[in-house]
Amino acid sequence: MVDTRVSLAGVMLQNPIIPASGVYGFGGEFRDFYDPNILGAICLKGTTLEPRFGNPTPRIAECTAGMINSVGLQNPGVDAVIAHEIPALREFYHQPIIANISGFSVDEYRECCRRIDAHVDIIEVNVSCPNVHNGGMTFGTDAHCAAEVTKAVKSVTKKPVFIKLTPNVTDIVPIARACEDAGADGLTLVNTFLGMRIDIHRHRPVLANVMGGFSGPAIFPIALRMVYQVANEVHIPVMGCGGVRSASDVVEMMMAGATAVQIGAATLRDPILCKTIIEELPVLLNKLGYERCDNSLRLCRQ
Amino acid sequence: MKTALFEIIENQPIAHDIFRMRLVGDAHGISAPGQFVNIALEGCFLRRPISVSDYDDHGLTLIYKVVGRGTEKMSTLHVGEMLDVMLPLGNGFTVASHQHPLVVGGGVGIAPLYALTKRLGNATVVLGVRSKEDLFFEREFSALGAKVFIATEDGTLGTKGFVTDAIRENDINFDYFYTCGPMPMMKALVAMIRSTTSGQLSFEERMGCGFGACMGCSLQMRSGSRRVCKDGPVFNMEDVVW
Repeated sequence: MVDTRVSLAGVMLQNPIIPASGVYGFGGEFRDFYDPNILGAICLKGTTLEPRFGNPTPRIAECTAGMINSVGLQNPGVDAVIAHEIPALREFYHQPIIANISGFSVDEYRECCRRIDAHVDIIEVNVSCPNVHNGGMTFGTDAHCAAEVTKAVKSVTKKPVFIKLTPNVTDIVPIARACEDAGADGLTLVNTFLGMRIDIHRHRPVLANVMGGFSGPAIFPIALRMVYQVANEVHIPVMGCGGVRSASDVVEMMMAGATAVQIGAATLRDPILCKTIIEELPVLLNKLGYERCDNSLRLCRQ
Repeated sequence: MKTALFEIIENQPIAHDIFRMRLVGDAHGISAPGQFVNIALEGCFLRRPISVSDYDDHGLTLIYKVVGRGTEKMSTLHVGEMLDVMLPLGNGFTVASHQHPLVVGGGVGIAPLYALTKRLGNATVVLGVRSKEDLFFEREFSALGAKVFIATEDGTLGTKGFVTDAIRENDINFDYFYTCGPMPMMKALVAMIRSTTSGQLSFEERMGCGFGACMGCSLQMRSGSRRVCKDGPVFNMEDVVW
């Protein structure tokens, strides 16, 4: 039998499969479909210091092999997440929880992290949201800014800190390196690609916010390429994310250098996808001749 | 909430660009009129939320308007094909008991009001469409024993104008209302009523998941942020911010 356990900067996961931030809410909505305790971990909806309603609707636009969202970090604020959402999740879920935090200033990132620190197992820092102005992605498109956020967050937590990077840059490698140098324990690659659709009948953008983040199977090869580029340049673990929809995609991500793999948009169409992948992954790895979900899968080894 | 396979036993046009699809399968989860299903279609990434027009434990009737790639695809499906359907979704209408309930539907928004009217028993129904050829279910509503009034924008049938014109012209008396249709129609209806009478409104929004996870369809209500797919699609008039 294949051992699917992975260690994510010291946190043991029973398997590498994690629903990505934003598609899983705060964990309650998928309970009808399967027991979330089978997951490697859950990554919570993006959380900010203050509550946010997010952007006006329409927030969703369909594309060939994917979708664009401009939700805009809707969340009840970090205090409500700590007081209500996490305790509610802990009642029925006993695997690791990853918080996903966002901010509009370095201080906000730090404070949000400081408050949520004791309640989760890993902190994922979103410096890559394309849907908010003067925040989010602006921190992730500049190596210096990304490093500043990393340092600030690291100063208030002992938990592993993963920086979630944007693919909307010329070269992701220097930004990844800057985060590693600033003390990041890992990286999540990648957030969504800035995209747009136009309603030709109404002569206006489909999304009220005009642009949004493109995700889904169409971006898989680009996400995979970025994981490969970065994983070979840093010495910290990478969570691969972007367009994954099968056990074979997961194996590809791990061969590219990912330690764990996040599943996003595809779960909206197929809510039991994570369960299916968790069941199929050991079978596939066994068929391929692997006994463990570790570095032995990688094309290039550190 | 689950996904299940349903067999198509009917899929045909009943008005201009409007189709009726009847499905056989385990539909016992549907518990209120106004709930909806989310359908996975080959070649479409996201599911398509479609309102349930009628239901029993063994099947569903869906009414949909061909407006884009997904519904175009639906219109080409054949009897005997199987569909991957997620259900039951949304809260649906709460069937309250009033002496003179009014049911107001606009365009394809008429669809979910059929199952509702069936359960109300004593409703007055006002249906608004652009033109005569867009109208469906007039006879079906009458067969339920409802008094049915029609408004067409071009005057080809019933009152010329909007549902609000038909309500005025026919001096319809009501003590509660239920509505589903385009936003301008629902807005005009509520403006006419001037909060003297309460009611329930069913909203439509582009959705990602349909089951409350992605926050793609959130609206700002008086009670806070509400997801059309999970907290709605039906909201009380008092909760709506216009």
